[in-house]
Amino acid sequence: MPSPLSPPLPPGGISQVPDIHGRFGRFGGRYVPETLSAALDQLQAAYDEARSDPSFQAELDQLLAAFVGRPTPLLFAKRLTEYAGGAQIWFKREDLSHTGAHKINNTLGQGLLAMRMGKKRIIAETGAGQHGVATATACARFGLDCVVYMGSEDVRRQEPNVRSMRMMGAEVRPVESGSRTLRDAINEAMRDWMGSVETTHYIIGSVVGPHPFPRIVRDFQSVIGKETLVFCKKELGRDPDCVVACVGGGSNAAGMFYPLVEHKGIRLVGVEAGGRSAKPGDHAASLSYGNAGILHGSLSYVLQDPDGQTADVHSVSAGLDYPGVGPEHAWWHDTKRVEYTSVTDAEALDAFDLVARREGILPALETSHALAWTVKEAARRPKEEVIVVCMSGRGDKDAAEIARLRSLENGGAHA
Amino acid sequence: MTSHHDPMSQAAKPLAATFAALAKDGRKALAPFVTAGDPDLDTTLAVLEALDRAGAAVCELGVPYSDPIADGPVIQASYTRALAAGFTLEKFFEMVRKATGRVKMPILAMVSYSIIYRRGIDRFVDDAAAAGLAGLVVPDLPLEESDVLDATCKGASLALVRLVTPTTPPERAAEIARRSTGFLYCVSVAGVTGARTDLPEGLVERVTWLRTKTDVPVLVGFGVSTPEQVKLLSGVADGAIVGSALVRRVGELAAEGPEGVAKGVENWLADLVKAAT
Ligand SMILES: Cc1ncc(COP(=O)(O)O)c(C=O)c1O
Repeated sequence: MPSPLSPPLPPGGISQVPDIHGRFGRFGGRYVPETLSAALDQLQAAYDEARSDPSFQAELDQLLAAFVGRPTPLLFAKRLTEYAGGAQIWFKREDLSHTGAHKINNTLGQGLLAMRMGKKRIIAETGAGQHGVATATACARFGLDCVVYMGSEDVRRQEPNVRSMRMMGAEVRPVESGSRTLRDAINEAMRDWMGSVETTHYIIGSVVGPHPFPRIVRDFQSVIGKETLVFCKKELGRDPDCVVACVGGGSNAAGMFYPLVEHKGIRLVGVEAGGRSAKPGDHAASLSYGNAGILHGSLSYVLQDPDGQTADVHSVSAGLDYPGVGPEHAWWHDTKRVEYTSVTDAEALDAFDLVARREGILPALETSHALAWTVKEAARRPKEEVIVVCMSGRGDKDAAEIARLRSLENGGAHA
Repeated sequence: MTSHHDPMSQAAKPLAATFAALAKDGRKALAPFVTAGDPDLDTTLAVLEALDRAGAAVCELGVPYSDPIADGPVIQASYTRALAAGFTLEKFFEMVRKATGRVKMPILAMVSYSIIYRRGIDRFVDDAAAAGLAGLVVPDLPLEESDVLDATCKGASLALVRLVTPTTPPERAAEIARRSTGFLYCVSVAGVTGARTDLPEGLVERVTWLRTKTDVPVLVGFGVSTPEQVKLLSGVADGAIVGSALVRRVGELAAEGPEGVAKGVENWLADLVKAAT
């Protein structure tokens, strides 16, 4: 039985998780209707088989190189570093990936898996729309049918991505239930899957959901951390001192952190959405303010009321606007391997402006959370130190929404 | 922890007695599902009494949850209404205590494991037993994750009813059937809950086979809405579960107040009960 206290490290170290039941310490597992059990077993078997098949990895590597444009570079953020006046800030440029975010690493991998399982229809949920676009992209490339569930509030605030998905032949289904955001989109995708599971694969967009999704998504995203280590060794001759990523469901962070967790000297920091305030309903910081609970098929930290009803959450960023987080992050949190913190909407918006003007890069609002924390922290650290931020995606999708928010705030005064 | 199945264990006692009595009369079980707190708990209490009068064998009482992935639009909407009307677990158990004092049919809670886990497994099971519930149906708790709740329910003499679906492979279905207490819930179609018009292919064979794998009664649910379907199912299973069709009815009658809803539901259910032979 899982212990409620910090569990002991597994014999192989902290990277040797999950176990065969999808447990990261006490977190993870598989809390789903029986209808989905067989499909999840099938997925696990297909994934294990794919991992031991060199031709699978070769095909994925080729796509990552020629289709996505990997490896993505590390960029020294010279003028941002000068601004902060302390540690060196480097960007791991996932925003340069095809479709503009890290999400494509996962959708290509899972798309190949779906084809191995003989499934021709793909469903996905999306918040910011980046995962939806990445899924639509993979489906167009592979010739698979694609349906994307998206909360109607997110359809509004991430409109450019909705258009891209439709152009690539995906059907976007707006979700009107609940808070009309990411959590409701996941509910609808799961309901679709309940009735279509024999012909359909669900490409979940983050390291959340029932086992084996958290592991599969993490593994496909681990290319981020692996490339970061290689680059730092080659260009800097050493590991970075600190690595930072934003945390919604936690996939860019897990992909960045997982290859680094055994490098004990590297400080790892996950940044959640602090929203408007620390009051319930005003933020989406599950690790900072939540409790252990079950949401969308796994045990992790969640924001819920004492009866177990999921709480309303808020973030200016559609991709972080989620009341749960991947179970591996819960485990890293409890074992204290990763520090989790949060920044507010306002801080993220300021970081967006700062990076746009000083680096010539529009970062995604999700990423802007990691950037906000990094600028604050770099100012406090010596110049010899190296901080790498996962630049999880680009911000073109957010430009219109940011302009709208700024004009609401300043009566249109802000440029 | 695994246990060998014991149909006459304390856990299954009220349910076993109910099914034994039905068998003696040569009848099958009609098992309605109703959402607690939709439109309010007073109505639910009146509905439970009406279902009991109409001859329901057992009742599943749905505990509203904010993110019910196994449920279709009808039940989902009823959960949303109940939560918006101020449903809480405290009020739920209070209402159940009243209901179990007044009705003879055993009542089970259909409840997400998210809710059980958050309250604490021991505390939830204690509260359920104290309120007089006969058991739990936990639709998002698969076999692999269920040992702790299974043991806790046994300790409190509560049944833990398990579900088998069309996507469950035979070996696994046999194991689920063996470990289910009270009765076995056979889901007739892959998909979310919702009323359907005909019985799916292969169901008869599946139920017949399942009945050879367990000593507890096998009830079929998901999509049952008419006396004809109940009649058909009664030929093969030990009973039928009626969910979305009843929940929809309660929703339609809601404006008529607790007594109006109760009356409408009672007449409607009585026809289904008649067909359960
Ligand atoms: C650019 C970007 N970064 C981060 C996220 C958050 O997701 P995750 O925490 O899984 O990386 C999203 C989600 O949509 C995103 O689009």
